[in-house]
Amino acid sequence: MLALNGDEAVAYAVKQSNVDVIAAFPITPQTIIVEKLSEYVANGELKAYYACAESEHSAISMIVGASAAGARTFTATSANGLALMHEILYIVSSLRLPVVMAIVNRALSGPINIHTDHGDSMAERDACWIQIYCEDAQEAYDTVIQAFRIGENHKVLLPVMVMLDGFLISHTTQNVDVLEDEKVSNFVKHRIPAEIEVFGKKVPLTLNPENEVPLTFGPLDLWDYYFEHKRQQEDAMEKSREVIRKVHDEYAKISGRSYGNGFIETYNMDSAEYAFICLSSTAGTVKSLIDKLISKGDDKLGLVRIRTFRPFPYEELPKALEGVKGVAVLDRSGAFGAMGGPVYNEVRSALYDSDVHPFINGYIYGLGGRDMTMEMLKSIYDDLVETVKSGKPKRKIEFVGVRE
Amino acid sequence: MSWINLRELAKKRSLFTSGHRLCAGCAAGIIGRLVMHSVPDPKHVVVVHATGCWEVAGTIFPYTAWAVPWIHNAFENAAATASGVELAFKALKDKGVVKKVPDIIVFGGDGGTVDIGLQSLSGAIERGHNFLYVLYDNNAYMNTGIQRSGATPRYAWTTTSQVGKVIPGKLEARKPIANIIAAHGNAYVATASPAYWRDLMEKARKGIEYKGPAFIHAISPCCRGWRFPPNMTIRVAKLAVETCAFPLWEYDPETREYKLSPPSLAIAKNPKLKKPIEEYLKLQGRFAHLFKPEKREDLIARIQEDVDKEWNQLLELCGIT
Repeated sequence: MLALNGDEAVAYAVKQSNVDVIAAFPITPQTIIVEKLSEYVANGELKAYYACAESEHSAISMIVGASAAGARTFTATSANGLALMHEILYIVSSLRLPVVMAIVNRALSGPINIHTDHGDSMAERDACWIQIYCEDAQEAYDTVIQAFRIGENHKVLLPVMVMLDGFLISHTTQNVDVLEDEKVSNFVKHRIPAEIEVFGKKVPLTLNPENEVPLTFGPLDLWDYYFEHKRQQEDAMEKSREVIRKVHDEYAKISGRSYGNGFIETYNMDSAEYAFICLSSTAGTVKSLIDKLISKGDDKLGLVRIRTFRPFPYEELPKALEGVKGVAVLDRSGAFGAMGGPVYNEVRSALYDSDVHPFINGYIYGLGGRDMTMEMLKSIYDDLVETVKSGKPKRKIEFVGVRE
Repeated sequence: MSWINLRELAKKRSLFTSGHRLCAGCAAGIIGRLVMHSVPDPKHVVVVHATGCWEVAGTIFPYTAWAVPWIHNAFENAAATASGVELAFKALKDKGVVKKVPDIIVFGGDGGTVDIGLQSLSGAIERGHNFLYVLYDNNAYMNTGIQRSGATPRYAWTTTSQVGKVIPGKLEARKPIANIIAAHGNAYVATASPAYWRDLMEKARKGIEYKGPAFIHAISPCCRGWRFPPNMTIRVAKLAVETCAFPLWEYDPETREYKLSPPSLAIAKNPKLKKPIEEYLKLQGRFAHLFKPEKREDLIARIQEDVDKEWNQLLELCGIT
């Protein structure tokens, strides 16, 4: 057990995961990750090459070159840094490079702000990266280790983003149960590149000139093949579901820790008539509210925390919400002009074809790091109960904790 | 240099093979083949390409003209991509996965190098990665249809520096990219022209063998964009040197010295050999408005002044006064 904040927990996991190349550019609140990694490399504790890029765009571009060459790679960023990487994120996934990146969630400019919300990673939800949102430092540690196994699986070959809330998790120290180095190393092993068949020969999918056939990465790809390649990415996303689950379960065996089924985690859903759905650290506050309500004799509120947002758990959600009358979806990012935030939209879409049709209210909260208190959550609960009792769907997004 | 033997070279398999879709008369393909022929070990080289006309002409899925491992990432990040390739092979060599770190050669046009990719290139050079970056400078964004770049010379017509009643083409001088890279202090830098193929190959080999970043600025006349017939490419590339519009030189990071290469040194020693810039301009349709409907002596004189100033500055850098 070590006292680590979220950023340190991520760096510690990277140190143990046999990474070959790290390239990054510092940005608050991700900075502790790159500082710790620099320290580990300087001390010889981490035998990797760590490049200080001159921008996030170059950091992720370096990672593309390194990963295509066959290396295991890691980078981390936040907010504007992620937005600067945007162009290359799509190239990473289309080249099928199993890059792992930690995103310390921070509000996007403008106006400039350094505190948490999910606007940065939500803006990349269609970049074909697996996205896993963590509730605390322990989960961030565990998930980074799992991420290498998920992305590098030959059925998947997709990049993985691991999200943790800026400051609330990144800079908050908690007890983190770290595994022994050897245990992690045995779990993640070393990257074994996939092979493809070229001219009847099996060739590792890398830039290595020692391969029997030299490969071309990133050719021009027009209307006659582009669509098939995009279709393959969708196929890989679907196939990743099984791998995410298996890696999660296998990791649970060596660590004793699990997060629901790897996709969603439920809390007090057996007796729940009302449910909150949220991501990340807010789940902790929701759990506290549920405990408080139970202590006062109300056990009707439960929580479904979405851990894996991409691929979206559209099959798991209706099952988890069976028998629930009302659902409050909490979005920590806006979607201007859309009918609610991204989580709200995905949840409603997932339920449409199912037999589970509770009232669903959407609440946008916590932008730019605005606190989400127990009192605010309680008022959302009251509002949800009111909606169900009235029998009239709201069809309107509520903004929580904002001066109107 | 003994390793350049024309008879032997003619037998060598080109690593950038036929079947690509570069235009007839394109200098990029000539530069590319010369550079690839300069690779000491064709089995240990990786090529990184910035987006550009050569990148799209060299590949189209499922075909490739590249007989070596090749990667294209995006427009502005070829140097960063090459940095990552280098680090990966270092790491994989340390771990015994590969036997040696390959030579890494980057190709980028003036758009991807002088403009949108300058930050990425500068960062990579500052970090000191071991690669040879070859800028094939065709003086504009040719892939998208001849738009002005930071490398477009003054008064050249492009589709975004149009010639009109008010404005006679691009009003600004080009960016001195090779000097900018040399100013980093730690890179081998050279300029080259496909008209002087032996000089280009020697510089490419030097750049590959230099332990650290190397940069070659090669002039790459573009018959489509500069408006000359495809059989004139080498003549234009030669005139660029003979008029001192594009002098040939090297920068040695060890001694921090600039040195003129033989074709330009000959002009420095005998200034009578320096041809007037007009000879270079009049071959190219992009400068046609300097000659028709009436000859614009004032504008030609201004270009000559640019050339002379840059040439004199270079002579000073080379210690020739």
